[in-house]
Amino acid sequence: MTGEEEAILSGERGEAVAKLMKLLVTLGELYEADRMLKVSSVHVSGVSYKNIGMPGLSLLEDLASQGAKAQAWVRATLNPSGMDLEKWRLMSVSENFAEKQLQVYEAFKRMGISEGLTCTPYEDGNRPSLGENVAWAESSAIAYANSILGARTNRESGITALASAITGRTPNYGFHLEENRKPTLLVKVEAQLENALDFGGLGYLVGLNHGNAVPYFRGVKAGGLEEFKALGSAMACSGAVALYHVEGLTPEAGKFKEELKGLEKVKVSRETLKRVFERFPKEGKGFDCVFLGCPHCSLEKLKRIAEMVEGKQVKGRLWLCTSRRVYSEALRLGLVNVLEEAGALVLRDTCLVVAPLKEMEVETVLTDSFKAAHYLAGSLEASLANTNECVEAALEGELNRDEA
Amino acid sequence: MRLKGRVLVAGRVEGEALVSAQPLSFYGGINPETGVIVERGHMLRGVKVSGKILVFPHGKGSTVGSYVLYAMAKYGTAPKAVLNREAEPIVVVGCILAGIPLVDRFNQDPVEALKTGDKVRLWEDGRVEAWRTP
Repeated sequence: MTGEEEAILSGERGEAVAKLMKLLVTLGELYEADRMLKVSSVHVSGVSYKNIGMPGLSLLEDLASQGAKAQAWVRATLNPSGMDLEKWRLMSVSENFAEKQLQVYEAFKRMGISEGLTCTPYEDGNRPSLGENVAWAESSAIAYANSILGARTNRESGITALASAITGRTPNYGFHLEENRKPTLLVKVEAQLENALDFGGLGYLVGLNHGNAVPYFRGVKAGGLEEFKALGSAMACSGAVALYHVEGLTPEAGKFKEELKGLEKVKVSRETLKRVFERFPKEGKGFDCVFLGCPHCSLEKLKRIAEMVEGKQVKGRLWLCTSRRVYSEALRLGLVNVLEEAGALVLRDTCLVVAPLKEMEVETVLTDSFKAAHYLAGSLEASLANTNECVEAALEGELNRDEA
Repeated sequence: MRLKGRVLVAGRVEGEALVSAQPLSFYGGINPETGVIVERGHMLRGVKVSGKILVFPHGKGSTVGSYVLYAMAKYGTAPKAVLNREAEPIVVVGCILAGIPLVDRFNQDPVEALKTGDKVRLWEDGRVEAWRTP
């Protein structure tokens, strides 16, 4: 450790900061880190009051009152909270929940972290570059940062990410080291991936069976922002995948030609992909809510949805979640207007997965996201369909489809 | 039966083993207020982890898992100890915050060696003794 790090540990910046530094040092020792790294970017999860509850809120308030404050040179963003901080009444969130949620946000603000409230910080001004050492929480964002941006982060917990924002450090182990970024599994994709949902299915399958791997995908011909968000977020919820490579497409894939020899291989055909869809059967036809935006919608996706609903009216709830930056661009382009005139609700700062659904009386959800379906299925009926089918279901009030 | 692992959070506890061959996510996979596994498709869905010596290969999923472990400790629904094949940082941090003993990297795989219902004694130095009750 450097003198500055020793000083933090011995309490120069206060008890709370020393405690957080100690947590990072302990973790570093356990994983045999040789030193601490300076981090330039942090993303903090554990923002929804529904998830952290009173124990989490007290912990954060204690840290804030003890003077814990993020380093000014660290770009720090927050994960989604349990509600849109302004439009929460439209979500039928209770006053009581809203009050607690605002207290959580206030505690983070006191610690100097107030930006983001999104699971796609990379679309909201926190976009590290190739090789940059960062400390990110939020499993889907970790997969994106490591794999698509080529930045380097471990699977940070909400609390270690917060510790990194405040100390500006993270222990040098795991995915910060070149040797751990090598692929450990070769996935030959034989199925033709037709849309983001197929990418999600592929990710969900690989995460289920190889949750600890660094997969190298071969045979994926093209993919954009939404496709990779779907792939990575699914793999990081059915498994613990933090990094993957896609031949010809992701920045580090080309480095590992030699390492591919002798790797364990798996094939994914259309048939195998179909079986993973069967894990989320379409129970019933009506839905309390059609939810798109897990991870948060990009501008392109909002544009696509707006084109589909323009001049029409949705039956029931169509909720679209996005980041603040994408929201303000969508507002400027008139998309929010088009969407809301059609009866959709465009939300920031939140998503259904972390919202207090019970009190909102949502019991059946249709979504285009494997991640959302995976977590929602813990407490309610969640069904999957691709984005177009979801929008059509919202317009018709039910899902009509031939078994694809 | 005796096993020996690496101590991540030291503690001496006794209890009954609950073994999951599948990875676990504390956030979304377990209801912190009841301690019951809720993940759809999980082999232990509906089973309560509270007060058990919880054995599983490794953590997965959400990075909020550490807060959930911490909350479970506050609510009194946490497992007594966690034994992993290979502990993953989110579970490690949760156990540090919550003060739940955590041991991994055993001389034999605890997921294979231990069975649900086994009586387990965990020592501060990472030794595990287990008895199978008939």
